[in-house]
Amino acid sequence: MAPPSKRRPGFSRRAQYGIFTGYVVAGIGALVGAVLLGLSLWRPANFNGPRMIAADAVAPVGEVSAEARTTSRGLIESITGYYRAGSQNAELKREMELARIRLAEAEAVEQENKRLKALLALQEAEVEPVVVSRIVGSTAASTRRFAYLGAGSSRGVTAGMPVRGPRGVVGRVLEVGRNSSRILLLTDSQSVLPVRRAQDNVVALAEGRGDGLLRIRLINLGINPLEVGDVFVTSGSGGYYRPGVAVAVVSELTNDGALARIISDPAATDFVSVDPIWQPDAISGAATPVEEELSE
Amino acid sequence: MRTAYRGAVRRDEFGSRIDRRHSSLLAYGIPLASILLGSVLPMLFIASAVPLVPPMGFMALIGWRLIRPGIIPIWAGFPLGIWDDLFSGFPFGSAILLWSMTLVAIEALEARFPWHGFVQDWLTAALIIIVYLLVATLLSGAHGSFPMLLALVPQLLLSVLLFPIISRMIARLDRLRLTRFRKF
Repeated sequence: MAPPSKRRPGFSRRAQYGIFTGYVVAGIGALVGAVLLGLSLWRPANFNGPRMIAADAVAPVGEVSAEARTTSRGLIESITGYYRAGSQNAELKREMELARIRLAEAEAVEQENKRLKALLALQEAEVEPVVVSRIVGSTAASTRRFAYLGAGSSRGVTAGMPVRGPRGVVGRVLEVGRNSSRILLLTDSQSVLPVRRAQDNVVALAEGRGDGLLRIRLINLGINPLEVGDVFVTSGSGGYYRPGVAVAVVSELTNDGALARIISDPAATDFVSVDPIWQPDAISGAATPVEEELSE
Repeated sequence: MRTAYRGAVRRDEFGSRIDRRHSSLLAYGIPLASILLGSVLPMLFIASAVPLVPPMGFMALIGWRLIRPGIIPIWAGFPLGIWDDLFSGFPFGSAILLWSMTLVAIEALEARFPWHGFVQDWLTAALIIIVYLLVATLLSGAHGSFPMLLALVPQLLLSVLLFPIISRMIARLDRLRLTRFRKF
């Protein structure tokens, strides 16, 4: 269908000016957009206020849809499970064998742990989560991986707190609204997390790659000691995450480390818990300039 | 043949003509509401580790623009973009810039090819969506890498394949938009 020829409105000056103004306003709009984009790339926190107000407004709807998602996920999972049953079965058998071995190792470690703790007379300090909440939404259409949580400052969440699913780390609270908060997911390309290999102390950084995998970059260079199937847990350095929470499983080796799959996929996570920042002193210490620290 | 001559005068597909008017609230509200809703929807679907859901707000915008030229003004990318930026996860300003530029581009394209059928609309939309997502990714502040672009492919495919369905839905909404109501 040919469009109505709005571009040639005839001899009416008024209509001609109207069209011209439309183009000018569109041009100005694009320019303003470019400036705003530049500003928010320069300082990503610039427009957080309106964003969190918007997220707060949508959060109740998100609660409802999250519930619907949980129930419908069973159906989708059974379909995909059917679809990849063969390869998955083989993979599961292999993983099962590995898991048995790891379980035996873990029991040994637990025994030793108990013994050592008894020696030191340490109390087992279980971390009490700040709040347990649903993931109410995510930026599913965007390359940047953020998720929204149905709890905000009114329930004690503050920026920087680690977010943990039942299986492992999900991400970190980036900004907080009254009743919702935005989480930087592990797979976002801006996310970096200090990790170590579960069975020994090979330390590394786990960086999001933006395609659902994490890149494990070893801190000590040399011969790559990693193997497919190695599990990485948080190392606790940096002070945000407490050590020993599962993060990723190595799925492919590279020159300087490995590619790893996240253990706690946010799509499969229903409830998450927000933990307090593990070592707030370390973080405020790192944020304090050296001169100030010396003068105190 | 149901449409006798007199009947065709008294009725059309939007209802009886006698003593009934289009509602301006519906005529402008439905396109607006569907685009605004489209911007919010992807947020509620799934918390996946990779981008997967098509940019519904953007697709609704180009759908309306291509199917029913004349109701989306050329400057609409600015206000609609602000709304989309609140929810999309891209840095603020990204949609304002890209949506404005999209509308200008479609205007130029329409001047060049005034007659267009659905297949050409689909091609146009596919091209625009692909360019939009790639540029938005490059301007998203993410550390760009090849695997990240590769991870976009499922989303791109899904968006392109979904466009006919979305344009059907928009055509439905377009009929609803011009429903006549009795004046009280």
